[in-house]
Amino acid sequence: MHLHKYEKIWLGFGVIALVIFLSVVGVSAFAQGHAPSSGHMTIDPEKVRETAPFDQPGLHKKEDGTYEVAMIALTFGYEPSKLQLPAGEEITFTLTSEDVVHSFSIIGTNVNMMAVPGQINHRTHTFKEPGSYLVICNEYCGSGHHFMSTEIEVVEQ
Amino acid sequence: MRTGEIAIKDRKVALFNLGFAYSAFLIGTLCGLLQVFIRNDALKLPEWLDYYQILTAHGLLLAIVFTTFFIFAFFQAGMSRTLGAFGPKVRLWNWIGFAVTALGTLLVVVMVVAGQASVLYTFYAPLQAHGLFYVGLALFVIGTWIQGFSLVGHYAVWRRHHKGELSPLFAFMAVATIILWVIACLGVVATVLFQFIPWAFGWTNGINVELSRSLFWYFGHPLVYFWLLPAYMAWYVIVPKIIGGKVFSDSLARLSFVLFILFSIPVGFHHQLTEPGISSFWKFLQTVLTFMVIIPSLITAFSMFATFEIRGRELGGRGLFGWIRKLPWRDVRFTSIFIAMAFFIPGGAGGIINASFQMNEVIHNTLWVVGHFHITVGTPVAMTFFGLTFWLIPNLTGRRFTKSLQKLAFLQIATWSIGMLLMSTAQHLLGLLGAPRRTAYTGYAHDDALAWFDGLLTNHVTMAVGGSILFLSAALLIFIVIQLWWLAPKADEETYEAFPIAESDSSMTPRFLENWKIWIGIAFLLIALAYTIPLSEIIQHAPPGSGRFQTW
Repeated sequence: MHLHKYEKIWLGFGVIALVIFLSVVGVSAFAQGHAPSSGHMTIDPEKVRETAPFDQPGLHKKEDGTYEVAMIALTFGYEPSKLQLPAGEEITFTLTSEDVVHSFSIIGTNVNMMAVPGQINHRTHTFKEPGSYLVICNEYCGSGHHFMSTEIEVVEQ
Repeated sequence: MRTGEIAIKDRKVALFNLGFAYSAFLIGTLCGLLQVFIRNDALKLPEWLDYYQILTAHGLLLAIVFTTFFIFAFFQAGMSRTLGAFGPKVRLWNWIGFAVTALGTLLVVVMVVAGQASVLYTFYAPLQAHGLFYVGLALFVIGTWIQGFSLVGHYAVWRRHHKGELSPLFAFMAVATIILWVIACLGVVATVLFQFIPWAFGWTNGINVELSRSLFWYFGHPLVYFWLLPAYMAWYVIVPKIIGGKVFSDSLARLSFVLFILFSIPVGFHHQLTEPGISSFWKFLQTVLTFMVIIPSLITAFSMFATFEIRGRELGGRGLFGWIRKLPWRDVRFTSIFIAMAFFIPGGAGGIINASFQMNEVIHNTLWVVGHFHITVGTPVAMTFFGLTFWLIPNLTGRRFTKSLQKLAFLQIATWSIGMLLMSTAQHLLGLLGAPRRTAYTGYAHDDALAWFDGLLTNHVTMAVGGSILFLSAALLIFIVIQLWWLAPKADEETYEAFPIAESDSSMTPRFLENWKIWIGIAFLLIALAYTIPLSEIIQHAPPGSGRFQTW
């Protein structure tokens, strides 16, 4: 197959770009820990409120000093509906849905995670700035989808 | 028969597909217009109609129905043009396929209008539409398979009669696209037949949501290549002829299509990067496979500009960029498709961002994504189809694309470009600020959300202005289509609109490129590599199934 010289240069440039892109993404993900939300635990979607940690939705301080927020997404809101979190602390959001697919997306941060019924999702985030953060559902969940939002109050310790 | 003319009996099935495509286009774009008004609180729908019904219709009618029916019209006309008239069996099965696809579509539309299926075109479980909605989807896919297989049959007959020869480039590419489509549909057929239909009719009680999502996206990503490859066919095979040139490299054209079959399917997880149930390793592996499509995309870009430059220089263009001015810009059949290609440069780059693993969190399910597919399927693909329409309908109806209609066509593509530029730029920027997609209303009582109305471009109102211009453009296109179909003057020998097919020198093309067994084999190997383990994990570690929810 004949390749024009310029085309070889062009494709070489493309392949190098590809390698650079993937290295940046890969190093950032696996060496620096910037991976998107994920989780491998499942849950009975009809028994969410009987299953830990969702039997007590809200903020918990774990034994190692870090924080976990157990969050339930439901049509058309979140449980707990009000949340106050400490600034400057590492917080793990643990999320599931008790009905259809939703999302838990904190505007102005990279926290943008799917709530899939039957699955438990995790994402760790540290709020650097105190203030009020808007949380919205950005996955269509029904007629009240656009009303599904809440606020997080982040306060200095 | 004149050169570039298609057997009269074959024209009809292509015209029926086109008619269906443009009916869907008219209703779908009208839905789009309503959406931008509702989102800005400028319009209140009557009680019996709901925003999410309209949104479902908009997505299905434009992204699925318009594209698919148009693509089959293009394939039927082009296969008849390049391989010769259909035999009676091929023609009959094309008609049967068309009828089944149309029946499926109508069933889906009835369910959406009846308010039984406001589940959007992704129909994510456990939102449960009426069982007949899923039956309609299944019929739609089966109908496309029947049309696809009958075209492959036509191709097989040709190859039997031309042993040892490479097929014409158009037919090769059409077959590659059909192969891609059939393999892609296996995922959606599996989830619709084995998960959704039994569950929606109440024969089973629970559905494995994560499995259905994964099977959907196994289909959902190659779906976009099913839209794109026919546009690429126009770029590779049609455009060079329109500007008076030749295909730059037959072998590279074929190679790029083969690579698209390999690398557009085992990549669906990049639509599911932020969800649980799939480990980071498999998400990353599919990210790597996704990035491989950069190579055939760059081959295509190079080939296009090489063809343009060679032709521009033949016409007397000098210097580094002098050839650009020599291209036939006054020919709307060329200019429309050139603009379509230009839109694909930011469109493709945006796609790389979307698939970039953790970067996906920034834009996932925001308006950015909506902006992204309006400058991929909504312009590069759709405007290429417009550019084809301008000569394909006259070719099939024997009418003339008159000077005054050409002027209107320029106005149409100009308004489409401006409208899309405004709307998609606003959507991209709003998405970066976090504005969500698929919402009926944009007012959240929070300072961050109020900022979504502040900027010049980062503004929901700009998006609405763009959307309104787009609808005007769509209406103009429908006017042109009606003219070309029924009203424009009949063409004579000299003014007849031929079906342009560029010359492609395949004497140096390696024969293995048309050995489908190799490519289908490698495609399934890659699919098995990327999907076997994560899918079996999703099945083995399945939570109790989800019930049926109708939340609209």
